[in-house]
Amino acid sequence: MTVYKYDQYDHAMVQARVEDFRDQTRRRIAGQMTDDQFKPLRLKNGLYLQLHAYMLRIAIPYGTLNSTQLRKLAQIARKYDRGYGHFTTRQNLQFHWIKLEDAPDILGELAEVEMHCIQTSGESIRNISADHYAGAAADEIMDPRPWAETLRQMTTFMPEFSYLPRKFKIAVIAAEEDRAAMRWHDFGLRIVKNPNDDGAGEIGFEVYPGGGMGRTPFIAYKSSDFVPQHQILSYLQAVLRVWNRNARRDNIHKQRMKILVHELGEEEFTRQVEEEFRHILTLGTDFPQAEYDRIAGYFTPPPFEGGLPDEIDRSDPDFAVWVDQQVAPHKAPGYAIANISLKAQGVTGGDITAEQMEIVADLAERYSFDELRVAHTQNLVLPHVRKQDLYAIWQTLREAGLADANLDLVTDIIACPGLDYCTLANARSLPVAQQIAARFADPERQRDMGELKIKISGCINACGHHHAGHIGILGVDRKGTENYQLLLGGSGAEDVSQAKITGPGFDEAGIVDAVERAIERYREIRDPGERFLDTYRRVGMDGFKEAIYG
Amino acid sequence: MKILTGNDLKTGQVVWWDGQGWSIHVEDAADVGDQADSILAREDAACRVNGGYAIDAEPDPAGRRVRPAHIKDRIRAYGPTVRPDLTLKPADPNAGTWVI
Repeated sequence: MTVYKYDQYDHAMVQARVEDFRDQTRRRIAGQMTDDQFKPLRLKNGLYLQLHAYMLRIAIPYGTLNSTQLRKLAQIARKYDRGYGHFTTRQNLQFHWIKLEDAPDILGELAEVEMHCIQTSGESIRNISADHYAGAAADEIMDPRPWAETLRQMTTFMPEFSYLPRKFKIAVIAAEEDRAAMRWHDFGLRIVKNPNDDGAGEIGFEVYPGGGMGRTPFIAYKSSDFVPQHQILSYLQAVLRVWNRNARRDNIHKQRMKILVHELGEEEFTRQVEEEFRHILTLGTDFPQAEYDRIAGYFTPPPFEGGLPDEIDRSDPDFAVWVDQQVAPHKAPGYAIANISLKAQGVTGGDITAEQMEIVADLAERYSFDELRVAHTQNLVLPHVRKQDLYAIWQTLREAGLADANLDLVTDIIACPGLDYCTLANARSLPVAQQIAARFADPERQRDMGELKIKISGCINACGHHHAGHIGILGVDRKGTENYQLLLGGSGAEDVSQAKITGPGFDEAGIVDAVERAIERYREIRDPGERFLDTYRRVGMDGFKEAIYG
Repeated sequence: MKILTGNDLKTGQVVWWDGQGWSIHVEDAADVGDQADSILAREDAACRVNGGYAIDAEPDPAGRRVRPAHIKDRIRAYGPTVRPDLTLKPADPNAGTWVI
């Protein structure tokens, strides 16, 4: 296992936090605290009140899990929830049926397996996300997780970062291909080699501040081509200080850093950050190299075997289809990355039952050096599997209803919980996702359409990433009934772009038909090899509008 | 008509004011007329319910006593429409249509 392990300080800190919350909960139930007093405390422990019950959001730092942790989540699902969990677009897991009186015990059980819910809510630095292929991807410069973990440790509980103007989201990647929607974050980092050191290969960061979705979407801009890796914490501190100093704390809709970047302008924001950065560098407050080395030591590559066969027996045609769609190249010869779809027909995307959790945990333990990843696309990943084991893995997944071959296809839909669960939502997103998936259930039809990313949000907060969908759907409340806006042309990948609204919205049945009309239009006019997004970019909105609205 | 709803403090379960206490069944909801604020203040102080609020409702043509006016509260009353097995009426195949 090659992930961070808690030391005595981590254990003590998390355990103390559990006991604090146990006492706070006891006092709330005893009537010694009002809801106004208790609410910020429960939110700081990831406990929300949703439509049907309390919801507990569990942090999965940079989307990395081991089998022990996933089995614990399965136990919690059975013991305290209703036998399932829901993976989110921030690589976290939510339980939607939690009782307040059970929450301290759940936090205690999570602490046993080095998990917690800290900073999964509130005006803090949220769970830091990363490329879900980190440490395995054939195209990465290095494993980005040591830096994600370093940033996590440096920023957790740090007073200056605990009462930020608003939430703050960080993503770290280390490849040209952006699998983490990095530029839709407040602070995006791409690990690169110094472009100006004549090939010496110094490692550092391209820095992209100012992104975010929500009611006012912005794509992060590049503020620096290269920040040396040992200075990145100072750079982050400079960014946060400029934001803290200038943020519009008087207006909740203008508090996110993206708004400040927009209002100051990229040039002025960068100038202020660099001025602050130069000052902070003189203070010598960067992370000690030895501390980074200690953390990086937990992320050494697994002991990959040499001499493994690189060929995959594709004689089973169903297995061959799964391999083509779900398996990605690995950096080690003879190994592969296996993606597990949580988007089977008829299920709620991102949901996983306790039984499925245990099956996947067993697969990780047996075949993937005990490692698992959660993708922001609400799927799971076995990051380090021998190619010769893929067939056995697929057979097990198929028996568990987890072997759909639809990665990045039209049925691999991102959707927030929407009005079925969420107090903020204006419309349901999950039934719309299910109906679209059913409409395009034919696997051959899906594959014919190629990469097509549909993303659905039930409100303007955009947890379903609709701004970044090749096809985006936004649910709104129109005089008490659900209505859905259609958007085209977004991307969360390295070809990042913001989707645009097509025109008037649709009712629930109408939005599914509209999506189908847009897709059929694409099939009519696409050039060879073009994805939906490519065709949209070539012909523009006008090329689709008539087909959508008639 | 005006009815009161909230979430049970300890369990988070959706509850409805039935005139005497809190019920998990929307059918039991009582019309509180202009007494909403005073009941909610009393119940808030008693720490039984979290986030109580008053909503508009109407007599239910489907035979139940009340139907919340807004879809959000109908989903709260019924459960997630994507998981009928987790609702209060898992055996009723038509229960979900009441929400929409």
